[in-house]
Amino acid sequence: MSGAVFHPGHEELHGVAVVVEGASGRTWVGRYHERTPSGVVLHDAASHDPAVPGGELDRDGWIARQLKFGIRAERKLVVIPPAEVGRITRLMAWEEGPPAGA
Amino acid sequence: MPYSEMMVKPMREEVTRLGVQELRTVADVDAALGPGEGTALVFVNSICGCAAGMARPALTLALQHRVRPQHLYTVFAGQDLDAAARARSYFADYQPSSPSVALLRDGEVVHFVHRHMIEGRSPETIAAGLIAAFDKYCSKEGVAKSE
Repeated sequence: MSGAVFHPGHEELHGVAVVVEGASGRTWVGRYHERTPSGVVLHDAASHDPAVPGGELDRDGWIARQLKFGIRAERKLVVIPPAEVGRITRLMAWEEGPPAGA
Repeated sequence: MPYSEMMVKPMREEVTRLGVQELRTVADVDAALGPGEGTALVFVNSICGCAAGMARPALTLALQHRVRPQHLYTVFAGQDLDAAARARSYFADYQPSSPSVALLRDGEVVHFVHRHMIEGRSPETIAAGLIAAFDKYCSKEGVAKSE
C-alpha cells in the first residue's frame, strides 16, 4: 500500500501533504493537487518566508511544528509559479529532519 | 456538504463494529470527553480514500492489541459537523485533519496521528504506531481484550 495512488488518474502525490522548497527561500506545506502550466497547486497550505521579520522559527523548526500539530492552513488554495518551485517532498520525509539534499 | 447517509453507513459500521462508540451530537461528545478521566481514543472518521484504505484498517489492527485505551470513540468529519467540531475542541492545539486519531489521557492529548501520517502508509505501519502509543500511555489502565 505504501506509495499507492489512492486517487486514480492523478499524479502520485495528489492528495498528499508535501513540502515545496522555493527558489526564493520560501517554503510551502500543503496538500498537493496538481502541476499545471501556471504552477504547482496546493490546497490548505501554509508558508514560511525567512525574509519576513518577526518569524519565531527557522524553516526546519517551522516544518517540525507542522508535522507535530498539523498544517496550519492559511490559504485554501495556492499556485506556486514554475520558476519558484524547487524540490517537492512528502511532509513525512521531514520527520527525522531535512531529507537528503535539502 | 454531507454525503448520503446510505453511502456513509458502512464507513461508520466499519468502526463501530470494533466496539468504538460513535458520538453524533455535541451532547454525546461532551458526555464522553467532558469528564477527561482515564485514556480515550478518538478516531476522526472520513469518507476519503486514505480512511478506507489505511486508517480504518489500521484501527482494526490496533484494537486487536491486548492493551487499549479505556474509552473508544469516533466522530465523522464532514458528516456530523457539530459533533466533529466539538470533538476537535478537546484537542484544539492540533490542526483539524481527517482521518486522524487522538489519544487522550486525563483530558490531555498524549499522541496524535494526523492525516499526513496516514497517507501513503500501510495499515500495519499505522497500527504499529498506535500500538506503541497504547503500550506507552495505556499499559496500566488499559482495557484488555478477551484473551
